[in-house]
Amino acid sequence: MSTLDPVAVFRMEAAECLEAIEAGLLDLTHQLDNKDLVDAVFRGLHTLKGSGAMFGFEALAAFTHHCETAFDRVRKGEVAATSELVAAVLAARDHMRALVDQPDANHGDTGSKLLAQLQAAVGGKAAPVAAPAAVVAPAIVREVSAKKKNSWRIRLSLPANSMANGTNPLGLLDELRDLGECTVRANTAAIPPLGELTPTELHISWEVMLTSEQDRSAIDDVFIFVLDDMELSVEEIDGAATAAPTVEKVAAAPAAPVSMAVPPTAVPEFRPVEAVPVRREAPAAASQAKSAENVRVPAERLDELMDRVGELVIAQSRLSQLASASADIALRSVSEEIERLSGELRDTMMVLRMVPVATLFSRFRRLVHDLARETGKVIELVMEGETTEVDKTVIERLADPLVHLVRNSIDHGLEMPADRLAAGKTEAGTVILSARQAGGEVIISIKDDGRGINRERVRAKAESSGLIHPGQPLSDSELLQLIFAPGFSTAAAITNLSGRGVGMDVVKKTVEALRGAIDVVSVPGQGSEVSLRIPLTLAIIDGLLVRVGSGRYVIPLSAVEECLELSLEEDLRSRGRSFISLRDSLVPFLRLRDLFRTGTKPDVHQKVVVISTGTERVGLVVDQIIGDHQTVIKSMSKLHNNVATFSGATILGDGSVALILDVGHLVAAGQHQEAQLRVTG
Amino acid sequence: MSATAATAARFDNHWSYAEEVEVLTFDLNGETFALEAVIVQEILDLLPETAVPGSQPFVASVINFRGKVIPLADLRLAFGMEAAEATIDSRIIVIEIDLQGEQTLVGLRTDKVNEVTTLAKSASEAPPSIGMRWRADYINCLVKRGGEFIILPNLQAIFSSKHDAAGAAS
Repeated sequence: MSTLDPVAVFRMEAAECLEAIEAGLLDLTHQLDNKDLVDAVFRGLHTLKGSGAMFGFEALAAFTHHCETAFDRVRKGEVAATSELVAAVLAARDHMRALVDQPDANHGDTGSKLLAQLQAAVGGKAAPVAAPAAVVAPAIVREVSAKKKNSWRIRLSLPANSMANGTNPLGLLDELRDLGECTVRANTAAIPPLGELTPTELHISWEVMLTSEQDRSAIDDVFIFVLDDMELSVEEIDGAATAAPTVEKVAAAPAAPVSMAVPPTAVPEFRPVEAVPVRREAPAAASQAKSAENVRVPAERLDELMDRVGELVIAQSRLSQLASASADIALRSVSEEIERLSGELRDTMMVLRMVPVATLFSRFRRLVHDLARETGKVIELVMEGETTEVDKTVIERLADPLVHLVRNSIDHGLEMPADRLAAGKTEAGTVILSARQAGGEVIISIKDDGRGINRERVRAKAESSGLIHPGQPLSDSELLQLIFAPGFSTAAAITNLSGRGVGMDVVKKTVEALRGAIDVVSVPGQGSEVSLRIPLTLAIIDGLLVRVGSGRYVIPLSAVEECLELSLEEDLRSRGRSFISLRDSLVPFLRLRDLFRTGTKPDVHQKVVVISTGTERVGLVVDQIIGDHQTVIKSMSKLHNNVATFSGATILGDGSVALILDVGHLVAAGQHQEAQLRVTG
Repeated sequence: MSATAATAARFDNHWSYAEEVEVLTFDLNGETFALEAVIVQEILDLLPETAVPGSQPFVASVINFRGKVIPLADLRLAFGMEAAEATIDSRIIVIEIDLQGEQTLVGLRTDKVNEVTTLAKSASEAPPSIGMRWRADYINCLVKRGGEFIILPNLQAIFSSKHDAAGAAS
């Protein structure tokens, strides 16, 4: 594997940083006096400036510095955060993005223009006693008092044999580090010359400067298990010198009297100090440490890991078969242990690639914000189901289609405020972006309460562009699907938002490439809803494992309604009429044995799995129901692209492959086959 | 890996760069075939196969290859030969080829895997236009060795073609 180019790494980090800045700014537009958001944006700018300078992005660092300065003033309460300032910084953010992507390109005077805007936004409200600033001020005060910190100098030395007792001095130091900002200095003077050195003995003592919000007892807690044997001195510093240095010296002798084990509370009490030097970046550092918990991993490495885990599970199931046949208790217990571990590993693996759609949705806030400014429409963006998890690849591929759809909703769907009021609607149009999981699919929909799709115009446009014959009868849904035809656009005037005639057909192609489907619902005057139904590729689904002939297949459990037995008599009786009566309603059924041409005889006790495709219920006749099966969907190669009956494959515990039924396509294929039978028979 | 990919991409003219090519030879119905050795990933004993109803007959099943589900092809059917029962010598050769711009692993069922050898460009001949039962575009070239011909199949042509015998279930 090649090592990552540091500049590429910086770009990835910068992209994340810029996203965070943007999110913070957008939040800030709604709550201008929110101190936390101001801080968050400031931190983002500060980080970007710092790492930009580090990686040689001088222009970026210099430019960002001005924005940071502006925000620093807001932070200090010198100026108020205004929507002009936010807008200026948002625009500046885009320039930063350009500087990150093309640091060497000629950006003209964009930068200076933006800075002038920024200056106007900050300078215009520079009055030190501006009313909003007064609102902000108490918040700052509160924060400072809440973050009062104390500083200590801690000297510790452990007895030479302490490592033999299982004490890990590094663990102690780590615990101190968790308490707050920490500088550790090791005292190595006591280390003997190499010839006399016993590697298992400890000769190092430490001096730790600790600044922490915690009080003294937290420090004592760190040493609670080793206190008896060590030398520890904790001194409060900061020049105030109010607390006397306390020294606990405890003899390492085994006969140490019980009374020597001084409880931590018995030491002279410390008094809190008023003036505490607090490093300004301390909160920022903490939050960065938190965000660094995310690790970027190339998707293909995850795929490889997934495959390895799959192999492990298979090997494990072979092991457990061997173990169950053996009388060796030790072998059995190891096998059970491995079974548990590999099961857990698989479960962990499954969710690794899943990310919440919030990462996808968040970028639409900016889009809607910009579109609202450009079009003069008042738009309220509502996002639902942001925690729905979808495979990362799916999220990435859906980004562009969704941009088109949201643009379309806003550009074509939503009316101008005046028109809305005239139509008896609220001034603000609503765009609802929602995601939810339905069985093996995730449904992402974009809904607006605008004017809806104008059927006459769609038809007229389709007729004029030759997509349909004049007067060709079409069902409503067929008519609506025309908007996905290549080169189709109903925008009367071409705006720079949409209506370039590309977009919707690209949307459809992308969704179909993901084996998904698009539904359009539109009520004239009330709005439209476009729903993307996307299968959760590489996701885990719950499936029902069945046997047909000698083959095993997985039916997505989400589609399964119930299972019935098909008695031999009923099977015979139903020749010629492939439906059964289920609680007084007729349910047609398909014999998978026939559909798959297994060439085997039916089992005596055939089962009917009743599935629902959303609109209709269909029974699938199988030979045997094996049971629930957690299914990792593996895609099939292009050589099997033409087989729509299966949405993928999975690997069973014994290492064999089972195909996953695509219920919708299966029913369609069954209908097709029956239609052919009717023609020929 | 990247060398394999590059080589697979220029499989059709694999002799344009060298006078000799290293190949893996195998038998199918008594004929000897050869694959360029660099595209060969692995040679496996027969594995449990899962039939894919509705697929093209010559790729009618899939196998589990190290946690991946890969198609198993029977070149016999592509060449219109009789299907045959597996024997004790039957093996699966896993190759990586470029299918519509995507590196794809494919298993090939063979009667017997022989050896890795080198074939000389000078001994190769284009497939004759007549006198052959098989589709000429499925064959890259024939190489004379000893008294017999070794067939170098044109995998790109075979795997990218839409076969006449369409899906069984449709």
